[in-house]
Amino acid sequence: MKKAVSMMLALALVVGTLAGCGSSAPAESSSEAATESTAEAGATFKIGGIGPITGGAAVYGTAVKNAQEIAVEEINAAGGINGYQIELKFEDDEHDAEKAVNAYNTLKDWGMQVLMGTVTSAPCVAVAEKTHEDNMFQITPSGTSVPCVQYDNAFRVCFSDPNQGSASAIYMGTNKLASKVAVIYDSSDVYSSGIYENFAAEAKNQGIEIVVAESFTADNKTDFTIQLQKAKDSGAELLFLPIYYNEAALILKQADTMGFKPIIFGCDGLDGILAVEDFDKALAEDVMLLTPFAADAEDEATKSFVGKFNEKYNDTPNQFAADAYDAMYIIKAAMEEANCTPDMSVDEIGTAMIEAMKTITVDGLTGAGMTWTADGEVNKAPKAVIIKDGVYKAM
Amino acid sequence: MSSFLSYLITGISLGSVYAIIALGYTMVYGIAKMLNFAHGDVIMVGSYIAFLAVGAMGLPPILAVILAVVVCTTLGITIEKIAYKPLRTASPLAVLITAIGVSYFLQNMALLIFGANTKMFTSLISIDAINIGDGTVVVTGETLVTILACIFIMVCLTLFINKTKAGQAMLAVSEDKGAAELMGINVNGTISLTFAIGSALAAIAGVLLCSAYPTLTPYTGSMPGIKAFVAAVFGGIGSIPGAFIGGILLGVIENMSKAYISSQLSDAIVFSVLIIVLLVKPTGILGKKIHEKV
Amino acid sequence: MKKLNLSKNAKHDLVTYGIVVVAYLVMEILMKAGLVSSLLKGLLVPLCIYAIMAVSLNLTVGILGELSLGHAGFMCVGAFASAFFSMCMKESAMPGGLRFLLALIIGALAAGIFGILIGIPVLRLRGDYLAIVTLAFGEIIKNLVNVLYIGRDVDGFHFSMKDSLSLNLGEGGKVIVNGAQGITGTPNDSNFTIGIILLLITLVIILNFIHSRTGRAVMAIRDNRIAAESVGINITKYKLMAFAISAALAGIAGVLYAHNLATLTALPKNFGYNMSIMILVYVVLGGIGSTRGSMIAAVILTLLPELLRGLNDYRMLIYSIVLIAMMLFNWSPKAREFREKYSWKRIMKNGKKEEV
Repeated sequence: MKKAVSMMLALALVVGTLAGCGSSAPAESSSEAATESTAEAGATFKIGGIGPITGGAAVYGTAVKNAQEIAVEEINAAGGINGYQIELKFEDDEHDAEKAVNAYNTLKDWGMQVLMGTVTSAPCVAVAEKTHEDNMFQITPSGTSVPCVQYDNAFRVCFSDPNQGSASAIYMGTNKLASKVAVIYDSSDVYSSGIYENFAAEAKNQGIEIVVAESFTADNKTDFTIQLQKAKDSGAELLFLPIYYNEAALILKQADTMGFKPIIFGCDGLDGILAVEDFDKALAEDVMLLTPFAADAEDEATKSFVGKFNEKYNDTPNQFAADAYDAMYIIKAAMEEANCTPDMSVDEIGTAMIEAMKTITVDGLTGAGMTWTADGEVNKAPKAVIIKDGVYKAM
Repeated sequence: MSSFLSYLITGISLGSVYAIIALGYTMVYGIAKMLNFAHGDVIMVGSYIAFLAVGAMGLPPILAVILAVVVCTTLGITIEKIAYKPLRTASPLAVLITAIGVSYFLQNMALLIFGANTKMFTSLISIDAINIGDGTVVVTGETLVTILACIFIMVCLTLFINKTKAGQAMLAVSEDKGAAELMGINVNGTISLTFAIGSALAAIAGVLLCSAYPTLTPYTGSMPGIKAFVAAVFGGIGSIPGAFIGGILLGVIENMSKAYISSQLSDAIVFSVLIIVLLVKPTGILGKKIHEKV
Repeated sequence: MKKLNLSKNAKHDLVTYGIVVVAYLVMEILMKAGLVSSLLKGLLVPLCIYAIMAVSLNLTVGILGELSLGHAGFMCVGAFASAFFSMCMKESAMPGGLRFLLALIIGALAAGIFGILIGIPVLRLRGDYLAIVTLAFGEIIKNLVNVLYIGRDVDGFHFSMKDSLSLNLGEGGKVIVNGAQGITGTPNDSNFTIGIILLLITLVIILNFIHSRTGRAVMAIRDNRIAAESVGINITKYKLMAFAISAALAGIAGVLYAHNLATLTALPKNFGYNMSIMILVYVVLGGIGSTRGSMIAAVILTLLPELLRGLNDYRMLIYSIVLIAMMLFNWSPKAREFREKYSWKRIMKNGKKEEV
């Protein structure tokens, strides 16, 4: 009858969890009521964030979380939005669509009015479905796939996959960088395969020949020598890497060992490569990337952000962090344009901000004069940078 | 031809890393009859210790390796004492699940301590690469050291098991725990010793893995860990030369399928080969036949 | 345990169904009263999904006695097959209910067929070797789904294993399954009521299977293969049957999963060996072989990380510690002894004796 005993234990736990749910239930009712009663309750804007802070994609979510905190501190210190302070809460989604929806619901229970998130594409699509139901304003710092912003309540700070892919091809074509291109991409990743496909489609128009298109998967990203060997043997002049910098750092190292030295070209995922601890910066010499943000840019805003980030987290911010930082200021701009107050309901704030997004112009770290179209895409100039002597140089 | 050779050599290089991890897996499985899913994460801990020892403490590579081995051995014994020992007489499945819990624990502990950012591991091996035929085929120092270390460890382990009293005790425990105990063998001590050796091997494997493939995150160990587990089964789990052969074969097959079939499908191909091997030889290449008692 | 007669079995089963029905009614009432947090509301369908997964894996691990580490692969097959069907039918005039019903049947059938195909070679192996082969199959399925591209235009369906460009779709063609990007925009057809109905159906199938002649044969094979063979039980047939049913039920869970989220991708996290192992954790924690236990453990372990959200950065760390502690408490012989001594039942029994 051991089973019975263990069942008892399990049952006791269930009771415990149900009690847990019970205790969280009042929070829900208050959040529903919150929309009517926050005016007297303390009047702050409740802004939520979602991203992976555990699991393999934790590095991106952590960057976003940290940058969001910095932006909120700055905004609050400067008097908040429309005179109201911001309250912030960030939830983990483990880079999983289902967990992201759970995180969203947790934030809803907390009383979130505006969502900054999610960080990665697949969870973003799932959450966008839910924010659309609630008409909650959502801005994703770095969800690049097309359906992330398919609804009118969702906007993004970064470029979309098609945008990045074709922009890369156009850049290579117009600057006559190379005619033979090899690509190594992550076929199990939404971001990477999305860019690759659009790059391949546009490359044809630009007279670029893709001589080798090799891929790797999330389960198989230790050894890239085969892919590099093929690229080397094909006589490619340029190696296009629409991937994240973790893998790129390894690829650069292995290419160097093999004595393969093509022009390396990447997208915004490569940004951050110089910040990898103990990375031999000489390996990244002459790497070109199309990114909206460079941590060593000379302008005041970037300097101050990088300084604060360094001071607080002992780390150099990457493009994810910059996007998140901008996202908070975009929310601020839209809220001010729409004259939002904390006593408005989620739906009212959403509707007002969606209208405001079409009219505002924001100067941020990732681009000057950013504007948005009604379909949620950002208009800003892609910046191409090249790494020279271990720092980014605009091209 | 030269490209084939270089594919083969990188395959062996990758395979030797798998092999060295698989040795630890196989040791523990042979004696404790449990799949230690936390093995890959012990490797990660070993890599971080070596990384810190060289980077922050400025120790010479050899001391760094020794430090990593000491820490991992202690960790291995502690894990065994706390998480696995109470379940020794329970179902092997229960221990498997606890090992998964330990694996999560180590990953999340590392995430809290070291952060999610990728660290670039500076290779602890300073032997120059060998060029054959004007740079068409390159054998890196890391590859050489890994293969040599792997063979050295395999020989040592075989000698240890066959020639020493403790080794014979291990063999006896793996054959029949009850009978071994009756013969006056300290079963608990033997199992602890096995975990200690397995974890020490994991530390060395971690250093070699990160020297060859220098990115280090809290999740570095889990994927090579599972691949090495496959390698151990490939060669016949419980068999020490089997782990070596399985590891090398896995690395070569993986790279060959990437090179000549499809880089997208290489995982599927590796696993298909594994399935075919197991269907032909149900206990792996060098595995012992299981005798059934009625 | 062997002495249990049928009526006791029936009673035991009724309690299991009862728990589900009561849980459903309580949640429905609480929801009507507006007392349920959005988090819990959002979790209701996943809870059903994982309960079905755990109960179906328990059939393989607990009843058939074979360790399977590829259960998420069958869920993946069910999810993708049904989502593909739903996407094709999304714009047709078919009513949503019928579409979902057909999707369910397709998902379960597809996963069941995979179960048979994989079961034929796999079930020849034993023990850990069988486990590793199921793990291999799970990974192969995930890998293949990740390179699968299917599109549709006026000419019909186009397939590719390379990328969506090589589909060569005509004007107005649409990519339905887009490799790693998976299927986007699946209709949100599943809800708590459907989830509970499917869970109940799963329970009915499994509990009846266990108590049937077939189920007893399967358990005889588990307990002593050679003895079972010598009394004339067709081992391959019964093993395959149990394995295929388990796979088909996992397919049903996959259908629910696919129709609960707007996006379906085969990541290592949701359909890889990690998920298979997670489901195995439910089964082992619930007590191998106990259908009700698997179900309850699935619910607890799905809720736990969500309830720990308040711990922020320490969440997953605490989760792992709780998992280890629960395993030790549930499985170590010493803890069992301790529980025997101080269990409620014992105390209650003692109390009764004293009364008498």
